[in-house]
Amino acid sequence: MFKIVDKQELAENIIEYTVDAPDVARHHHAGQFCIIRVHSHCERIPLSIAETDPQAGTITLVVQIAGHSTKELAQLEVGDAILDVVGPLGRPTRIGSPKRAVFVGGGVGVPAGNLMAREMKQAGAQVLGIIGFRTKDLVIYEDKLRAATDELIVTTDDGSYGYHGLVTEPLQQQLEAGESYDLVITVGPVVMMRAVAEVTRPYGIHTIASLNPIMVDGTGMCGACRVTVGGETKFACVDGPEFDAHQVDFPELALRLEMYGDEEIRAHEAGPHECRLEQSLNESG
Amino acid sequence: MDAKERMKLEPVPMPELEVSERLSSFAEVNLGYSEQDTQAEAERCLQCKKAPCREGCPVDVDIPGFIALIREGSYAEAGLKIKRTNVFPAICGRVCPQERQCQERCVLAKRGKAINIGYLERFVGNYLIAHPEEQINAAPATGKRVAVVGSGPAGLAAAGDLAKLGHQVTVFEALHRPGGVLVYGIPEFRLPNITVDNELETLRRLGVEIRTNVVVGRTLTIADLREEMGFAAIFLGLGAGAPIFLGIEGENLPGVMSANEFLTRVNLMRAFDEDYDTPVQRGRNVTVIGGGNVAMDSSRCALRLGADSVTLLYRRTRAEMPARVEEVRHAEEEGVIFELLVAPTRFLGEEGHLTAVECLRMELGEPDESGRRRPIPLPGSEFIVATDQAIIAIGARVNPSARLVMPGMEQDDGGHIIVDRETLMTNIPGVFSGGDVVAGEETVIRALSDGRKAAQAIDNYLRSK
Ligand SMILES: Cc1cc2nc3c(=O)[nH]c(=O)nc-3n(C[C@H](O)[C@H](O)[C@H](O)COP(=O)(O)OP(=O)(O)OC[C@H]3O[C@@H](n4cnc5c(N)ncnc54)[C@H](O)[C@@H]3O)c2cc1C
Ligand SMILES: Cc1cc2nc3c(=O)[nH]c(=O)nc-3n(C[C@H](O)[C@H](O)[C@H](O)COP(=O)(O)OP(=O)(O)OC[C@H]3O[C@@H](n4cnc5c(N)ncnc54)[C@H](O)[C@@H]3O)c2cc1C
Ligand code: FES
Repeated sequence: MFKIVDKQELAENIIEYTVDAPDVARHHHAGQFCIIRVHSHCERIPLSIAETDPQAGTITLVVQIAGHSTKELAQLEVGDAILDVVGPLGRPTRIGSPKRAVFVGGGVGVPAGNLMAREMKQAGAQVLGIIGFRTKDLVIYEDKLRAATDELIVTTDDGSYGYHGLVTEPLQQQLEAGESYDLVITVGPVVMMRAVAEVTRPYGIHTIASLNPIMVDGTGMCGACRVTVGGETKFACVDGPEFDAHQVDFPELALRLEMYGDEEIRAHEAGPHECRLEQSLNESG
Repeated sequence: MDAKERMKLEPVPMPELEVSERLSSFAEVNLGYSEQDTQAEAERCLQCKKAPCREGCPVDVDIPGFIALIREGSYAEAGLKIKRTNVFPAICGRVCPQERQCQERCVLAKRGKAINIGYLERFVGNYLIAHPEEQINAAPATGKRVAVVGSGPAGLAAAGDLAKLGHQVTVFEALHRPGGVLVYGIPEFRLPNITVDNELETLRRLGVEIRTNVVVGRTLTIADLREEMGFAAIFLGLGAGAPIFLGIEGENLPGVMSANEFLTRVNLMRAFDEDYDTPVQRGRNVTVIGGGNVAMDSSRCALRLGADSVTLLYRRTRAEMPARVEEVRHAEEEGVIFELLVAPTRFLGEEGHLTAVECLRMELGEPDESGRRRPIPLPGSEFIVATDQAIIAIGARVNPSARLVMPGMEQDDGGHIIVDRETLMTNIPGVFSGGDVVAGEETVIRALSDGRKAAQAIDNYLRSK
């Protein structure tokens, strides 16, 4: 049993949990995730780790209340326990030694960037953060990302806060203005990551996407999480979840995410942000 | 009764659930012998002095010995006799390929009347579970701690013996439920999870601690186990659980999945039960690719989940199928259609979902390394099978991430851990291994046997230090 030591509602349907999981906290590196099971009848759901405190033995998860399992999770309060937490799973981010790096996050993918940006800085990089949300009320982790980066741009789809537009726009502008970067890491909805990959591709910037396929065990035992990267099948839970974004077959990933999906929820979750991106991607071929 | 009279007795059939009842539930198909059935079957045993059946048993269970005890009505003693070499009779009685082991060698097998040794074993295994107080107690505590990584049959057998030898044992399991393939792979209707839970309960009574949700190499490292947590020896029973795919076009289409994914959703996550949240695709016209136990289990699960048809595509003939004969028979009785001598060449989809699989017909050529005749494709024989769910059950291999578990440990090109054949010790002193991670896809009984052998070697190692 993994005790919940803190619970914060960051925005509507977005909850931050701090959970007692000392072994995970001690061994976790940026880019890895965990799998939780709320109670004995629940699914195993993968979640990124937004923060760890090895001394206190805790990890922090930021959860979008999407469907049944995350709703079950939302019922839990401080003092309650999550039945199962296993991790850290997946490979740590391979940051290398970039000089200038960008983190591009969208929605509930933003918190994962907290540790990534921090590690990029530790590796000696100057870090630009670009984080996007549908609207002002959904902005999360702004302060943390501001602290973890050298410069932060916040975007909203409706212009209610920060830059009015999609995360790819400021990124494009930076590149067009001749700013050079040697690493881009992106975490967020599939369409967003795909769009980021398309923006950086002509510039040949090494771009990493943290993929979020459906998973079951998370240990390489089932292949539910398989993705195609550079024409080869990979298991995201053990070979990833991070891959070269220029090599990822994003349409296949999107298709596979629909497999057990409830179309209605997805449509709602995607919102205008993704639809516009989808449209622009389709227009650009 | 003399031998001649005994030879005239007919084998006692296993009482089974009616086919119609089977398809509407995941209840166990084999209902088990009654005491009367058990006595009648035991009566047939000729008590051969040479006992060829024992030679067929990978762990040399004293088969005539336990059958003699059954005849006397000493079921607990019969069970304990089996347990001397096979710790989990209730499990092996259900899943061992007896027809290729003990029963194949039975002198009555020539007349097609081999003693149903597995059914007898199952009866006494169940008896022991129902009468747990009659079990052997542990030796005095040695004060040594041993870590067992992986809770499949290899790990559990090692843990049980090490505990009986007086060591303090902790089992670490990556999943949320211990048991390995016994709980995530083999379905309820063949091996109810309660059977495994009973064995786990026995281990706990022996003082074995079981920690789930620990991926060794990730959650804890071997260095943590040895240096910080004080484990003096380690047994790795990691299994060979990574699914193999065909590597053909369309394989990542929704609707195509590994047997491991399908069976894990159904068995471990209990997707067949409405009270559980994990979904599983319930195809209407399901195809299953393969001819082993995994393929039979997948086919039979798909039927129970309500498929209109389940077609098994196997590239050789029935004679080469590696599955237990009982599973093949049950699958056929339940309505699985066997398409033999065919191999899939690509998956076809429409609107982002699987709709068909294209296959080639095969013929059998010369025997290959496995001694089975090699399937050879017949050019131009392509044909299409309409299907909305394809389950790939062509085998599994060692998980590539096993390399993370113990840096510096020797593994072969296939990832199998290399061990000393006598002691099962790896190249790292104090680290032992066995089961499928060493031998490749094998059987429950071989994994159990490795676990026991390693326990003995670990005991010697610890006592010599
Ligand atoms: C490596 C990894 C890290 C993740 N990190 C986070 C995180 O930090 N915070 C967070 O809120 N979510 C994260 N996710 C997604 C999260 O696991 C899913 O949102 C969750 O499983 C949905 O469960 P549910 O039962 O509530 O919803 P469901 O009822 O299962 O699904 C609700 C909707 O979410 C979609 N969905 C299901 N699984 C996924 C998935 N894996 N990714 C995206 N959409 C999915 C469904 O298609 C459906 O439309 C991560 C996924 C992966 C693979
Ligand atoms: C569907 C199916 C049906 C089968 N039917 C039969 C049958 O009828 N008869 C028969 O004899 N055999 C059968 N087999 C084969 C048999 O189940 C295996 O040979 C046997 O289970 C191998 O045992 P094991 O202990 O080596 O590994 P496994 O049973 O595979 O157990 C390994 C365990 O280790 C865990 N693990 C792996 N890595 C780590 C890690 N790093 N940290 C912590 N834990 C870890 C895994 O999660 C797993 O629980 C079947 C197999 C399958 C898949
Ligand atoms: S989730 Fe099962 S292999 Fe990745």
